[in-house]
Amino acid sequence: MASSFVEIGVEAARRWEELVAGDRPWIRIGTALCGEAAGAFEVATAVEAALEGQGVSAQVSRVGCLGLCFAEPLLDVQLPGGHRVFYGNVRPEDVAEIVSAHVSGGTPVAGKALGYLPGEESDAPLPDGIPDLNQHPMRVWENRIALRNAGNIDPMDIYQYIANGGYKALNKALGSLTSQETLEEVKASGLRGRGGAAFPTAVKWGFLAGNPAPEKYVLCNCEEGDPGAFNDKNILESDPNTLLEGVIIAGYATGASKGYIFIRHGHNGPIDRCRAAVNQARELGLIGENILGSGFNYDVEVALTGDSYVAGEETALMEAIEGKRSMPRYRPPFPAQVGLFGKPTNINNVKTLSYVPEIVSRGGAWFADIGHDTSTGTAILCLSGSLRYTGMVEVPLGINLKDVIYEAAGGVTGGRALKFLQTGGPLGGVLGADNIDLLLDFEVLRGAGAIMGSGGIIAADDTTCIVDLTRSLIAFCQYESCGKCFPCRMGMSHLLEVLERICCLEGTGEDLALMRNIGENMQAASLCGHGQLGFNPVSSALRYFGPEFDAHIIDHRCPTGVCELPRFSPAQSRR
Amino acid sequence: MSGLQQRIHDAVHGQTQATVTVLSSLLAVEDELGYISKEALEFVAEFSNSTVNDVWAVASFYPNFRFEPPTEHTVEVCWGASCHLVGAMGIFKSVLEASGMGSEGDRPDGRLTVKLNTCLGACSQAPVMAMDHHLAGRVTPESAAKNVTDLLETESHGV
Ligand SMILES: Cc1cc2nc3c(=O)[nH]c(=O)nc-3n(C[C@H](O)[C@H](O)[C@H](O)COP(=O)(O)O)c2cc1C
Ligand code: FES
Repeated sequence: MASSFVEIGVEAARRWEELVAGDRPWIRIGTALCGEAAGAFEVATAVEAALEGQGVSAQVSRVGCLGLCFAEPLLDVQLPGGHRVFYGNVRPEDVAEIVSAHVSGGTPVAGKALGYLPGEESDAPLPDGIPDLNQHPMRVWENRIALRNAGNIDPMDIYQYIANGGYKALNKALGSLTSQETLEEVKASGLRGRGGAAFPTAVKWGFLAGNPAPEKYVLCNCEEGDPGAFNDKNILESDPNTLLEGVIIAGYATGASKGYIFIRHGHNGPIDRCRAAVNQARELGLIGENILGSGFNYDVEVALTGDSYVAGEETALMEAIEGKRSMPRYRPPFPAQVGLFGKPTNINNVKTLSYVPEIVSRGGAWFADIGHDTSTGTAILCLSGSLRYTGMVEVPLGINLKDVIYEAAGGVTGGRALKFLQTGGPLGGVLGADNIDLLLDFEVLRGAGAIMGSGGIIAADDTTCIVDLTRSLIAFCQYESCGKCFPCRMGMSHLLEVLERICCLEGTGEDLALMRNIGENMQAASLCGHGQLGFNPVSSALRYFGPEFDAHIIDHRCPTGVCELPRFSPAQSRR
Repeated sequence: MSGLQQRIHDAVHGQTQATVTVLSSLLAVEDELGYISKEALEFVAEFSNSTVNDVWAVASFYPNFRFEPPTEHTVEVCWGASCHLVGAMGIFKSVLEASGMGSEGDRPDGRLTVKLNTCLGACSQAPVMAMDHHLAGRVTPESAAKNVTDLLETESHGV
């Protein structure tokens, strides 16, 4: 430890200069889960082999995700002092040419390049015949705050984060702001939770700050079980220090003694990168005793859970960290009074906490200026399904959802038409294609029967069946019901039984009313959001696609034919 | 101490994080052995001053735990909504056929386990599957079947 923040910063800047303007080219390969699934590991191996085989010297980094997942595997080459040139959908067999012509020969392979991003302070001529990547439809709408470093830096190297302004906010808070002033900055930002409920973050922090207990905890929720959402894992894989800095500042603002970052077992990319960040931060004295000489003591631990969607619910999360079954607790008492191990506790989502460093650095008012109404800041959206450009974008709240789908994501693939969007995870809802002319705003989306949730947006084309999708979502909810409270446990099973029947074209005239009745009971009587919100997929589907349900029930016909195909659900459940 | 017991002991005692619990100990054993044996339930119960009953309650709750020794290879197919909407059911059907199986589970010859996964975390590359935890995206029924056949031709991945 021992070095001051200034000294750490000088060392970080020296190392960064070496990377971007040293004597060797820098090759970055996207290796988040999206990259892995597209074959990035094989490309990375091919790069190492080509460098060795051709006797070329270069620095190679495995970075996170730039958001352009559709173009993975994504590789970029930056010649010393030059611009970054990106190659998309790279195959191992493309690598030798990129290495010989560009890395070694200095001339980009224009025919294979996706685009370039200007190097900071580079006065090299712009590459010929290669488009500006910032003009790509997926990037023009963006305003990257939490994702500002994603895809740019090596997530396993804390110095790269620091060289790009990292831990400045922590240094500022500890050096020149009181805990109360730090909290005020977050309050001024209008930041609301990105884990689903959109609860004002400063209000939640205030509950914990107001509790005088000596031992208090901050939990960061990266359970992220929503199919269709990968932004939390992606932040951990791309820039874990942004989150870690947020977790430390949250601890300072609330007077907590320890932070926990909670991730699902098995997601090794996010887990390993997060653990590396925690260890490196501890070595540099950014967590632990007397952080940066301020007298503030705070440690951070990475905790793992088994497979459980409900483990993402805040009180179930505490049970899981305590090593038990992830079943929600009764409230009151609320976590800010009695939380993890009986101590006062605050829980936030990964994205929520990842905004905090920039809010503290630039001031709450700056953040509050972005966005729409009381939905301040940006939305970090995961775009998947039948879209031309799938991936992750960070766009200001208040832009139109239609623009996100038809412009940023490039519309639907295969010449098909959009049928619906499924948003906000399995407890969220669906929006019919004619009803997506909506502002991205927490209240507007909720009013339309869908929610922002964790930011997952899945596009379905006109070959899909809404009843089949609804059945699949409820099958998920039934499989994941923890079983503690009977309205959810039995309600989900009952709903699934009815939906199975409808998909088998054996539904009866009473089935819709029956489902509504079950749904109302679940909503009124379930212990946690899983059961309370679990009818949303059905109610929103009925709202936009009543006639398609009728076709199944009354005409005994699936208009798209999907329900006649074989379908499978997991054998095991907690029931 | 038998070899198995030694491995269980070392996995549980080898945990380096500050918060050691029944669940974290079970996860450590699962990482080491690929399953939770009867000995492991007993060991974790004693280690954590609890009962086999309580440990079993936790272990049986989380579907990532197995209670039989692992097979040689594992294939997972995502059935999350992103994957479902772009053909996951057809992928799973093809994987079952290529595996010679009728449903999720272990093949009797111990060479393969086939599982559905709620979300493999690479939704932008849907449909997604995993062979021995290595992800493959944008699979088709044909490429999925080939992935299974190729996997069965490779050596065991150990745990
Ligand atoms: C069944 C269920 C699952 C949840 N899963 C998650 C999750 O994976 N990640 C998350 O941040 N919040 C999840 N939540 C919401 C959390 O309970 C909690 O509201 C959130 O983590 C608070 O963070 P925020 O204020 O920053 O949004 C879930 C809620 C329920 C009811
Ligand atoms: S829904 Fe299949 S990987 Fe997420």
